[in-house]
Amino acid sequence: MKAPPFSYIKPTSLAACLDVLAEHGDDAQVIAGGQSLMPLMNLRLAAPSVLIDIHGLEELRGIGQDGGQMRIGALECHADIGASEVIAQALPLLTSAAPHIGHIAIRERGTIGGSLALADPAAEWPACCLALRAEIELRSTRGVRQVAAEDFFRGIYETAREPDELLTAVRFPSNRQARADVNLFEEMARRRGDFAIAGLALVARRNGSILSDVRLALLGVADRAVLAHDAMGAIEGLALDADLIDAAVAALLGELEPPEDPAYPSSYRRRMAGVLLKRTLASLLTEVEHAA
Amino acid sequence: MRISVVVNGEDIGAQVPVRRNLADFLRHDVGLTGTHIGCEAGACGACTVLVDGRLHRACLMLAVQANGTTVETIEGADTSGRIAHLQAVFHRLNALQCGYCTPAMLLTAAELLRSNPKPSRDEVREWISGNFCRCTGYQAIVDAVMEATEGEADS
Repeated sequence: MKAPPFSYIKPTSLAACLDVLAEHGDDAQVIAGGQSLMPLMNLRLAAPSVLIDIHGLEELRGIGQDGGQMRIGALECHADIGASEVIAQALPLLTSAAPHIGHIAIRERGTIGGSLALADPAAEWPACCLALRAEIELRSTRGVRQVAAEDFFRGIYETAREPDELLTAVRFPSNRQARADVNLFEEMARRRGDFAIAGLALVARRNGSILSDVRLALLGVADRAVLAHDAMGAIEGLALDADLIDAAVAALLGELEPPEDPAYPSSYRRRMAGVLLKRTLASLLTEVEHAA
Repeated sequence: MRISVVVNGEDIGAQVPVRRNLADFLRHDVGLTGTHIGCEAGACGACTVLVDGRLHRACLMLAVQANGTTVETIEGADTSGRIAHLQAVFHRLNALQCGYCTPAMLLTAAELLRSNPKPSRDEVREWISGNFCRCTGYQAIVDAVMEATEGEADS
């Protein structure tokens, strides 16, 4: 099917874009890469009356250090983030996660800003943002604010962004103290590129076999990306061994309540999340034992 | 809206409705029907073209978003000769039957070989996982891409 009619605006400045958003509010929809919005419009599940194309806004581009934080502009595409040497050095979790996003043609156009603003429950970047304590930058004619990832993702396709706000960048702590020793991303899907059945992002410091400052985020198993606090608590500050892995998996299974959906029952998603965590920790244990 | 796009090296100027997607623009306004529409939702990959050197789904771009860009379709790649070896191997190994997925398959595979001249079978399968084929069962396509890497090395 073809997209329904709309008015098309391509602002040439950020200020002009924010004015348009302030004027149109809910009637307007920002189009970034369009890899989620265009399918919705082509299927006529979305019908904004005004489409705001933000590709002209150079302020939304860039990958680089900004003080003690790594800043990624909202318009950066998944492929470029995945290929970035700077990101591979500072935030290897993102490098591992990028190849799981859709397929190559999707990654060459879809953007991190779009992914975060849409907040699909099975998206990769929101989980990474939770694991890495990212801050999401929102701008409007009323000013600029940073929202912690933990406060940003509110529900299915629901975020802290107000209708007149533009998501302009995401920032990750990346000074030497913040750099993690463990950066693992795993995802399970029926076919390559399918939406995840379950996925996880695990970030931690490691001293021998002891993991600390553990952050474990899950995708595909709730109405949004979530931190698995019980599983994190089961691992934090303790020596990684087979018993600890079982305890962590048990804690995860206890705290997850995936929604029912026609494709995969809740119990299946929960079980797959447990399998993913077990495999991830088991391979980490092998690595730890070899290093010792 | 008036747009200006370089398509296969040629400056194309056109007046298009803003809601027309790039695939329809290429097929109907420019007359290049090698770009195919399968799902119009980005999943099947049949509409894949190159925009400013990157693989993109033409069904998920508006023609107005291609204003000021350089687009290469299968016709351009064919005429340039840059995929001739890949086409020959596809032909010889029966990596196409109805041909619907083939233009996008060739453009996509060519980009793999550009970035990774010696991929493994698994890397090939990963790379073309966004291009659906209803006829071949993929085996011959993967064989063809693998054999194309051998050929490049020999020549």
